[in-house]
Amino acid sequence: MLSINNLTVNVNDKQILKGINLEIKAGEIHAIMGPNGSGKSTLSHILSGKAGYEVTGGTVTYQGKNLLEMPPEIRAREGVFLAFQYPVEIPGVSNIYLLKAALNSIRKHHGQPEVDAMDFLTLVKGKVRLLEMDEKFLYRAVNEGFSGGEKKRNEILQMAILEPKLCILDETDSGLDIDALKVVAEGVNSLRSPDRSFVMVTHYQRLLDYIKPDFVHVLAHGQIVKSGGAELALELEEKGYGWVEQAAA
Amino acid sequence: MTTVTTSRYTAEYQSIAPLLPGQALPWLQSLRTQALEKFSVHGFPSLREEEWRYTNVAAIEKKLFSPSINLESSHIDTDWLKLHQLEDAWSVVLVDGHFSAELSVLDGLPDSVSVLNMADALVKCPKLLENYLGQGVDNAEHSFIAFTTAWFTDGLFVHVPARQVLAKPVQVLHIATQADVLATTRTVIIANEMAEAKVIETFVGLDVAYLSAAVTEVFVGANADVTLYKMQCESEKAYHFGGTYVKQSRDARFKHHNFAFGGLLARCDIHTDLDVASECELNGLYLGVKRQHIDNHTRINHLKPNAVSRELYKGVLDDRARGVFQGRVIVDIDAQKTDSQMNNRNLLLSDDAEADTKPQLEIYADDVKCGHGVTVGQLDEKSIFYLQSRCIDEETARNILTFAFANEMVDKIKIKGLHDRVLEQVLVRFPQEGVEKSWL
Repeated sequence: MLSINNLTVNVNDKQILKGINLEIKAGEIHAIMGPNGSGKSTLSHILSGKAGYEVTGGTVTYQGKNLLEMPPEIRAREGVFLAFQYPVEIPGVSNIYLLKAALNSIRKHHGQPEVDAMDFLTLVKGKVRLLEMDEKFLYRAVNEGFSGGEKKRNEILQMAILEPKLCILDETDSGLDIDALKVVAEGVNSLRSPDRSFVMVTHYQRLLDYIKPDFVHVLAHGQIVKSGGAELALELEEKGYGWVEQAAA
Repeated sequence: MTTVTTSRYTAEYQSIAPLLPGQALPWLQSLRTQALEKFSVHGFPSLREEEWRYTNVAAIEKKLFSPSINLESSHIDTDWLKLHQLEDAWSVVLVDGHFSAELSVLDGLPDSVSVLNMADALVKCPKLLENYLGQGVDNAEHSFIAFTTAWFTDGLFVHVPARQVLAKPVQVLHIATQADVLATTRTVIIANEMAEAKVIETFVGLDVAYLSAAVTEVFVGANADVTLYKMQCESEKAYHFGGTYVKQSRDARFKHHNFAFGGLLARCDIHTDLDVASECELNGLYLGVKRQHIDNHTRINHLKPNAVSRELYKGVLDDRARGVFQGRVIVDIDAQKTDSQMNNRNLLLSDDAEADTKPQLEIYADDVKCGHGVTVGQLDEKSIFYLQSRCIDEETARNILTFAFANEMVDKIKIKGLHDRVLEQVLVRFPQEGVEKSWL
């Protein structure tokens, strides 16, 4: 699904990622953990194509294609989905408009006709129920005036409707109370499938109580310093990040 | 300051005066005489006046716009009219400043409520009007006020007595049909204690140069609720001067939605006086293309404690268009616990477009919560990336966001027929490729 080889990235001439190697197969869930400033968000941004980052070396291959060559919207249409740490508010555009525009862009990309209006509504309303959201949300402006929990839930709603292949969750648990976290986690779990992979970027182990990863990687100073199974997250929770950082140094 | 051209207006006045409504009302005659004197001395406002420094009205002095004699309105294309006249509303249609009974729709009004044209109102309820006309704004405010007082030929009159709720909105449709015509109107809206009303002022015209000057006074009684929409869609060659002057009693609520889309040169003033615990919301959207000059002035006077004001004006300016926003909030020494927010945001789509914005807070009380903010700029890069990450290409994302910037204001309209018409006008001016109207 995704293969990152010796990726180095600069921001404003400062090296942030210093040789990342990561192999993600279809159906796997990878958690990327690390202290603040370790480069976690840079990694999720570089995968989704955000401007302002300079790739100085290495490759990222997604489904056999060079991911770094594609503009952000092509990545998205090819199935890469970034759930934002801070979803953007867009007054004047309703949620349902955005969902329709996004879904039809994907369909057009794959040579399919626009989605039927009735089928679309049925699909969207089903997913809204799954995420325990109010249907009224669909007609409100994108994220405008939403609480932190509502914004994150809205990201997962978009993910559920667009059915991406590679889902990148950037600090999805930050700002969520435990009830909202459970709903979001259930939403993610319901999307698990053998041909869909997840990269969860998180500072806290808490999210991993609800979404069980296959692999955990610890990112520190722009490098993956340790990889392991789900149990690594528990160890980190217990001991903090200090010991892995020291071990790597 | 008096120029030859202004005296042409004044000179012409003598031949017009006998045709103006309210001849039999001494109080109105004296109001008009006083106004004419003011105007004769000052002429139209000049750039030297602080409130007019961005807006040069010299062009109307160079031309002589003359009032039309009362005419048959049968030449109005009914299909064109339908584009602007709301179906589910009572309407008063004014053609070139004169009432058209056949185009207006006023049947089914409750007996206690008055909705009629100003000329008729001066005949039917002169006593009531004496207490209100000219009481919301003084002739000395600026010379356009004096001008409209002296020159007005008609207008709208709405009176909703205490506790009455108007079941449908009232629309006054100002239509200009002739080149070089002067359409001058005065409107009075009274909502007594606990009454509720929604009024829409629509300004449209054929593709010719004309001058439309319209002043509206609104009196919102104690705990009453008035929403006023202004849809200014004048021809691209026209001059528009509008004023809305509001007096809010205790606990009164007033909302204004000002859509300033038309005119070669358009100026609109909105003033409101707030009594104890009253609330006002001023929303505005101005769209300028080509060489349009669109100027909006607002003044919110917090005169008494505990009142709330919210103001949001947005502008989208393209080509060589210029948008002006001057917003003043004045908090009187008595107006403790005032809660006021004023914002003006401008989106410039071309290097030659210009936005002049001047928010002013004058606070004389010491226990208040007041804020203001201004932005002039381009689209937000974070929002563009967010849409790209949702499969939308960059150009379409920019188009959607430009549209959305304006649409935020359109979405505040609670009357469907009006919402759809305003939306249509936004899309006519900014036909954003990739914005699917049918999905909105």
